[in-house]
Amino acid sequence: MARALKIGTPREVLNGEKRVAMTPDSAEFLLKLGYKCVLQSGAGLASGFPDISYVERGVEIAESNQEFWDSSDIFIKVRPPTLEEIDFIDSGKLIIGFFYPSENKDLLEKTANKGISVIAMDLVPRISRAQKMDALSSMANIAGYRAVIEASNNFSRFFTGQVTAAGKVPPARVLVVGAGVAGLAAIGTATSLGAMTYAFDVRPEVSEQIESMGAEFVFLNFLSEQQDGAALGGYAAPSSPEFREKQLEKFRELAPNLDIVICTALIPGRDAPKLWLEDMVASMRPGSVIIDLAAERGGNCDLTKEGEKVVTENGVIIIGYVDFPSRMASQSSALYASNIRHMLADLTPGKNGKIVHDMEDDVIRSATITHQGLCTYPPPPLKVQAIAEHKKNYVKELSPEEKKEAERIAFRSETKRQTGLLISAIISIGLIGLWAPASFMQHFIVFVLSCFIGFQVIWNVSHALHTPLMAVTNAISGIVIVGALLQVGSGSGLVIILSAISILIASINIVGGFMVTKRMLAMFQKS
Amino acid sequence: MSTGIVTASYIIASILFILSLGGLNNQESAKRAIWYGMAGMFLAILATLLGPGISNYLIVIAMIGGGAGIGYAVARRVEMTEMPQLVAALHSFVGLAAVLIGLNADVELSTVTALKTSGVTLADADLTGFALSLFKKTIVEISILKVEILLGIFIGAVTFSGSLVAFGKLAGSVDGKPFKFPGGHLLNLAGLLFCTFFGFLYLQGSGIWTLILVTLISGLIGWHLIMGIGGADMPVVVSMLNSYSGWAAAAIGFTLENDLLIVTGALVGASGAILSYIMCAAMNRNFISVILGGFGGAVVSQASIDGEQVAIDAEGVSAALDDADNIIIIPGYGLAVAQAQQAISELTKRLRSRGKNVRFAIHPVAGRLPGHMNVLLAEARVPYDIVFEMDEINSDFPETDVAIVIGSNDIVNPAAQDDPDSPIAGMPVLECWKSRQVFVSKRGQGTGYSGIENPLFFKENTRMFFGDAKSSLNKLLALID
Repeated sequence: MARALKIGTPREVLNGEKRVAMTPDSAEFLLKLGYKCVLQSGAGLASGFPDISYVERGVEIAESNQEFWDSSDIFIKVRPPTLEEIDFIDSGKLIIGFFYPSENKDLLEKTANKGISVIAMDLVPRISRAQKMDALSSMANIAGYRAVIEASNNFSRFFTGQVTAAGKVPPARVLVVGAGVAGLAAIGTATSLGAMTYAFDVRPEVSEQIESMGAEFVFLNFLSEQQDGAALGGYAAPSSPEFREKQLEKFRELAPNLDIVICTALIPGRDAPKLWLEDMVASMRPGSVIIDLAAERGGNCDLTKEGEKVVTENGVIIIGYVDFPSRMASQSSALYASNIRHMLADLTPGKNGKIVHDMEDDVIRSATITHQGLCTYPPPPLKVQAIAEHKKNYVKELSPEEKKEAERIAFRSETKRQTGLLISAIISIGLIGLWAPASFMQHFIVFVLSCFIGFQVIWNVSHALHTPLMAVTNAISGIVIVGALLQVGSGSGLVIILSAISILIASINIVGGFMVTKRMLAMFQKS
Repeated sequence: MSTGIVTASYIIASILFILSLGGLNNQESAKRAIWYGMAGMFLAILATLLGPGISNYLIVIAMIGGGAGIGYAVARRVEMTEMPQLVAALHSFVGLAAVLIGLNADVELSTVTALKTSGVTLADADLTGFALSLFKKTIVEISILKVEILLGIFIGAVTFSGSLVAFGKLAGSVDGKPFKFPGGHLLNLAGLLFCTFFGFLYLQGSGIWTLILVTLISGLIGWHLIMGIGGADMPVVVSMLNSYSGWAAAAIGFTLENDLLIVTGALVGASGAILSYIMCAAMNRNFISVILGGFGGAVVSQASIDGEQVAIDAEGVSAALDDADNIIIIPGYGLAVAQAQQAISELTKRLRSRGKNVRFAIHPVAGRLPGHMNVLLAEARVPYDIVFEMDEINSDFPETDVAIVIGSNDIVNPAAQDDPDSPIAGMPVLECWKSRQVFVSKRGQGTGYSGIENPLFFKENTRMFFGDAKSSLNKLLALID
């Protein structure tokens, strides 16, 4: 096929959807990959990109519907295609966008039957190579940020604590439930607005990330073996009933003192877990805000209504909007379009405007749900595991008895080793004593004791001072000068010459060694 | 000065030496410790000079003065990067002195024996000092003395020639690669047997020529032994020779029946032995295998590495440093070669003044001497409280934004942990690849001293900053202010 493939970006038809899958910036990259780009007129308007800004970058604008759907080979979208849109698209073409195949079974079947290939952006695996195309993360990041902004919009107080001339303002207390991408983004935003932020997650290993964003991790006193909630490729897994009880108990304890709760807990392929129950809402103060990012999947809060803002009897505001990313359309379009263009870059290894749909590639394979008329969902498990090494990090906590036992064994083996060494030393020294005359033994005592002192002293020398240690021992070993001094008084000329040489070089050693050590030590200084 | 006072001075000198070594347990007390060492040495020499049996003062003063002058000049002028060579050269001096003193002792011994056999009585002989005590010795004591002389000369000669080779390798005038004559260690073993044989002849009274032969053969053994050890093992070699120089001094002490020499020799010997042990433990190798031949001698199969090295320029590195809060720098021998310690210090200062947490991670065998990197960083005025050793800092890498590897290779090789077939498998390494991003400053795409490919360079979060360490850092400095 000589003609370069054409990438078409349709207007999003879903009501209230303001995002667009191609921005003028991303179009420029797509053109560099060798593609032609076409935009359905007005598609970028809601995100703040008028047609003219696309034309400037070399994108064609399709005025008529028919022309648009016929001329393009690849369609990039935000929302899953509608059945009507599928009707417009010819067999053999490719759609890239969110699809949620497990919820849209009929749609999936229809596309597969029609022979349209689909790459679902929501199925890009969470491995490090694929991060640049992980649209769920980019959207979650925005949702987390926006959740805090929405909360502050509905919350009639400051986030940050202040002491003003007119009185003291306490800081807002924020709890973030679920520390995924959205949760972490929410923590960061809330903290930077000055709130006191707490966060909870079922995966204990994220406590580090939570603390790094500036929030306090809410620990549970859960005595039996800690539920490890990190099983499914970087997402949380459901927790045991006992664990859930503990969790709710903790939330109940926190609820009366919280001003803002941001729920982000989702488990892949399931309804959102109910974590914020009616009684907790009831115990909160009037004016408090609950933002439920899980509203689309039924919500983490009992009282959430999808897409709506409700005010409870006791004045708690519960927000269940599902379009947080769309509320920041310009930003989310920019990030989403960039995810899409990275995906296309991976699909276009030759940079020649031709798709190479490599089903051996882990990322492309996982995201492809229909290909060549066949349904290829669900994908096989990944070759690369997203979280491979976490398990190793958990060292089993020893009980006091076990600890004592281990210490006792260590003590015993150490005692055995030392006794063995002592006995062999006694035997060998005894053997020497048996054979050597008294005058030798006198010096031998000195020798053995000095070795012993040497070993004891040197073990304490700090690692950083090993070079000075060598230089100073060098200087000290210049003590052989004493030997040479004792011999220089001899009558023999040869002896005098040889010991004179010895004195000379030993003096070099002594002075050189000490001077150089002094120089080195003087350089060590504290900051 | 009476013998009693001389002995008392020796005791005080010994205590001062012990204090001076013990004081090295931290940087501040070390500054005091060095004065203890000098005082002890001064006291020992003064007491010996004023004690009985010393003459030829003119020669003594001239030699001490000359030696002190040379030592002072060398110590003043030496660059901190040349420290390994200097230490090795100084070791060779101790070895040589020990050999000469041993030979002297034998000459004296034969003079005294001649006097004895000619029937001169103790009163007529008019002997002093060492010769006097020789005269009083029984037959058994004299054979022990001869064994001591032999040992002193053997260890001294091995130390002397070994240190010369180590000096050459460290200074770059001898090729750093392991070199052995055909026959390898069998040759050394044969040398040892010859030494034993001639030593036996010497004990039977065959005269000084046997001693000279022993000196030559043991010198050859020392040369061949150290030639066979690769450059990466130099920290072990240098500390081993340090130990030998101590044992040589102790052996001389036995010969001369001088307790001060024995004490000091034993202290130095023990110190070197412990250093060697620490260095070996840091490379997860045992002492014998280091001595019997270095890395890179045999070709070992190792896992091949997929992927490619991705280069980065100074702009990229400076942008990443801008964003980073936690930075760990891992210096290696390449830093010393490029003399880049001032540049790295300046970089550290600037980054720290922007409120970034900059720390240094030092592997025990980084460089060519134990503690080599610490000294270089200290020279460039990097404060020592941001310099950490491997065990202190290794667990901090996962929270680190940027790790900068400068001129080190094997000590950051993940193959030591991942690849059981690797020649360095099991060696403790700095886990810099766990930080968010790693920059490796390196001259080219070559391998380290061990000749092992480093998978770190191919990791996804690693970027290669090619070029001479000093000019690379200077480029970087221009972008960060």
